[in-house]
Amino acid sequence: MKIGHIENGIVLDHITAGNGMNIYNVLNLGKLDCAVALIKNAESPKMGKKDIIKISTLLDIDLDILGYLDPGITVNVIRDGEVAERRTLALPQRVAGVIKCKNPRCITSVEREIVHEFKLVDPVKKVYRCIYCEQKV
Amino acid sequence: MKNLINITDLTVEEIDELVKVALDIIANPEKYQDACRHKLLATLFFEPSTRTRLSFESAMHRLGGSVVGFSEAGSSSSAKGESLSDTVQTVGCYADIIAMRHPKEGAPIVAERRTDVPIINAGDGSHNHPTQTLTDLLTIWRSKGRFNDLTIGLCGDLKFGRTVHSLVGAMARYTGIKFIFIAPEELRFPHYIIESELESRGIEYREVGTMEEVMPELDVLYMTRVQRERFFNEADYIRLKDTYILTPDKLDPAKKDMIVMHPLPRVNEISVAVDDDPRAMYFTQAKNGMFIRMALILKMLEVTV
Repeated sequence: MKIGHIENGIVLDHITAGNGMNIYNVLNLGKLDCAVALIKNAESPKMGKKDIIKISTLLDIDLDILGYLDPGITVNVIRDGEVAERRTLALPQRVAGVIKCKNPRCITSVEREIVHEFKLVDPVKKVYRCIYCEQKV
Repeated sequence: MKNLINITDLTVEEIDELVKVALDIIANPEKYQDACRHKLLATLFFEPSTRTRLSFESAMHRLGGSVVGFSEAGSSSSAKGESLSDTVQTVGCYADIIAMRHPKEGAPIVAERRTDVPIINAGDGSHNHPTQTLTDLLTIWRSKGRFNDLTIGLCGDLKFGRTVHSLVGAMARYTGIKFIFIAPEELRFPHYIIESELESRGIEYREVGTMEEVMPELDVLYMTRVQRERFFNEADYIRLKDTYILTPDKLDPAKKDMIVMHPLPRVNEISVAVDDDPRAMYFTQAKNGMFIRMALILKMLEVTV
């Protein structure tokens, strides 16, 4: 299967197989006017299977959100048809506005327009806690 | 330290300093009687309280300052649907310092982001209650003369009891401390605090089901109430509320200098007959609460005497 060549844009590579659609939705890629390709279950020598997302515009992606969702992703920035930049991700120290605290006793359950925010407390086990009530995600 | 949200916002040295000032206030109250003249404390209590609110207000009055505030959410604009952020931002326009209690966990973090006025967390749901911990620490110091080498038994509702969460966080920073958690299965001490405060520092702890089996070991027995307001299910509350009741006979095997503490209010977890035992320290504890809050207000308003 061939996907069109990108002149300027972003390729999210090494997405855990099956996670591509989730990332597509969280990054709100459905609202873009440009060409966006989601490739599922592509062959990968390293991962066996992987998902890939190709976006044919240079948009500003929140790497913290991406790092939280799937820290193994490689972000390739394409300029003039060449890979101009390649970034690997890490678990972000803080994640804001992506996930919601489910603790009914947390202030976030009642306070209007509050941004749900989580901090990384255990990088090995990938444990995040709400900055308000300290409940685990 | 600008705000006090969690007891761990205070260093061990800052706690020692607060205890020292509180002891000086106890010894020389007249020296402090005008220390906060023309300063205004706002007490924002979105949840009922007797001791915490009145001890804050008494503390400010005894420092010569003034107090405004409300004692329940129903008498504030939150009853009209005002957000916590807006209430705090408004009160921050009037007061020099705010003491706030709120039923929701993390509420003081919302507050500290909305005002430059110092915020004291006077209890946020079942989460933190740092000034109760300072009260407890002053009581331990006045009774034992040390914060090191103590075996502390915590009994009752250890899951929702915010006072025990904060006390463990504070005492875990001293050496030679051993904790014994006495609770039914459903109200056990949260494992995340055990991981973060105890296991990470190699601090000794044990979880047991009855107070009788550990009574002779204890230097401090900290009793707590099973709190009706923390349960979503009334049946669970009724089933668990009388799990532990301290009576004079249960104190027989305890050390003669052990102290019994309780943040109060009690319901029936400590028999009234225990009140006459010299080891019963809970009403002294309530009094200490006022002195340590006086010391805290002075520190947060940067008033030196």
